[in-house]
Amino acid sequence: MPASELLSLLSFGEGGWGDELLKGALLTLALALVTFPFGIMFGFLLALAQRSGGRITRGASVAFAWVFKGLPELLTLFLVFYGAQIALRQLFAAVAPGVVVEIPAFAAGVVALGVVNASYASEVWLGAFTAIPQGQYAAAAALGLSRRLTLRLVIFPQLLRHALPGIGNLWMVLLKDTSLVSVISLTELMRMTQVAAGTTKQYFLFYITAFVVYLLISAVSGELFAHLERRSARGRERDA
Amino acid sequence: MTDLIPTLTGWLHAVLTQALGVLFTPFGSPELWERYGGRIVSGLGITVQIVVITCSLGAVLGLASSLALLSRRRWLRAPFRAFSYSLRGTPLLVQLFLVYYGGLQFRGTLETLGVWWIFREAWYCVLLTYTLNTAAYQAEIFRGAIKSVPTGQWEAARALGIGYWPAFRLVVLPQAMIVALRPLGNEVVLMVKASALAALVTIFDLMGEARYAYSRTYDFNVYIYAAVLYLVLVEITRRVWLRFERRLTRHMLEIAQPPG
Repeated sequence: MPASELLSLLSFGEGGWGDELLKGALLTLALALVTFPFGIMFGFLLALAQRSGGRITRGASVAFAWVFKGLPELLTLFLVFYGAQIALRQLFAAVAPGVVVEIPAFAAGVVALGVVNASYASEVWLGAFTAIPQGQYAAAAALGLSRRLTLRLVIFPQLLRHALPGIGNLWMVLLKDTSLVSVISLTELMRMTQVAAGTTKQYFLFYITAFVVYLLISAVSGELFAHLERRSARGRERDA
Repeated sequence: MTDLIPTLTGWLHAVLTQALGVLFTPFGSPELWERYGGRIVSGLGITVQIVVITCSLGAVLGLASSLALLSRRRWLRAPFRAFSYSLRGTPLLVQLFLVYYGGLQFRGTLETLGVWWIFREAWYCVLLTYTLNTAAYQAEIFRGAIKSVPTGQWEAARALGIGYWPAFRLVVLPQAMIVALRPLGNEVVLMVKASALAALVTIFDLMGEARYAYSRTYDFNVYIYAAVLYLVLVEITRRVWLRFERRLTRHMLEIAQPPG
């Protein structure tokens, strides 16, 4: 196939797959953007539970992070997707027999990637906590701040700065992991690429395109996080 | 003598299948394990093979690339940086499909180059992709570790009249390895997990066998079996690595020892 025809396969509109791929890329971004805050916040709660929870909450949090850091992401996705399907089916069989339930792939993706992300995020937060000197807590206590206010006004702003590099990494990992959700037929970038490649038989063209698109998204996010890190270090040049 | 290894793996397979059958009695029916247990244990073996082969090859390639990354010559550094950056910035799944499906299109060229046998077989595609992928990550790990060794160590070695390569091998590398060890261990664990993607290109590793059994039985318990085995595999890797790390740092102060 001549080069011009190959390129027209990537064009937008009739006969080209450009618009489909763009839609896929937007869905990839949407999936990552929905999952990320959930993962980071849940990870923070896991870290808090591991630091200051009771015996049971601490144990549960450690076990949770251990399991989801140890399982392959693909398997976690299957466990969530098929597991929730079976659970819902049994639930519906009791209340409304005959009703067929399908778990939306997007939701399954958010939950599966979210719990994995949270497990790694808990590690990042715990690391950031250890970087904060005990004197900060003592000083906050001396000022009469409550535990809640200490966390919010004194610890958290410093925590964020220490956690930022780790959080940037988590975003990169998450972005790449979204490609797995193509396996349960969510039409994100990877799935769209598979469809386009399979239909046109131009496997190399489409997979290399997807490769480049992922790389671009990674590069832009990398720049963004580098900028955020510089920004969060404002006024702290002495430490650098 | 030539039969020794197949006989040993045969025994290992039988013993593991029996023992895991007992362990898994609370999950699913005994018939489920009886029918698919043997296949799942074989799949576990394939997973271990993928990880061991690609991580070792990746370590050699990664160390070599890290030297190129640290080179003062731009023309040597630039291609390796591009290689490492692009493999770390894209999903492994895309890389795998690019090699496996993309290779099919260039059969003629690949045949003349004499490398068609790699692209023809999913197994070799997996080994190739994973080796390159982990090499990219390991190159960064080694690069950081080598850079962390103070310049004074180089200078002292040179002052003693030790040549560039002996200085690297005998003075710098051992110190760099101590720094590199922990992230390398994490990378091995990540590879254990990433190996599951091989199932998507027809490899019957642990994940592949679990999917096969699920597609035949629709019994969710097979995924529980796979999950338990992956967790055990990751935990064993972690512990072996910790042992390894403690051995390499045994000359250091007690307090500097990693916990565990």
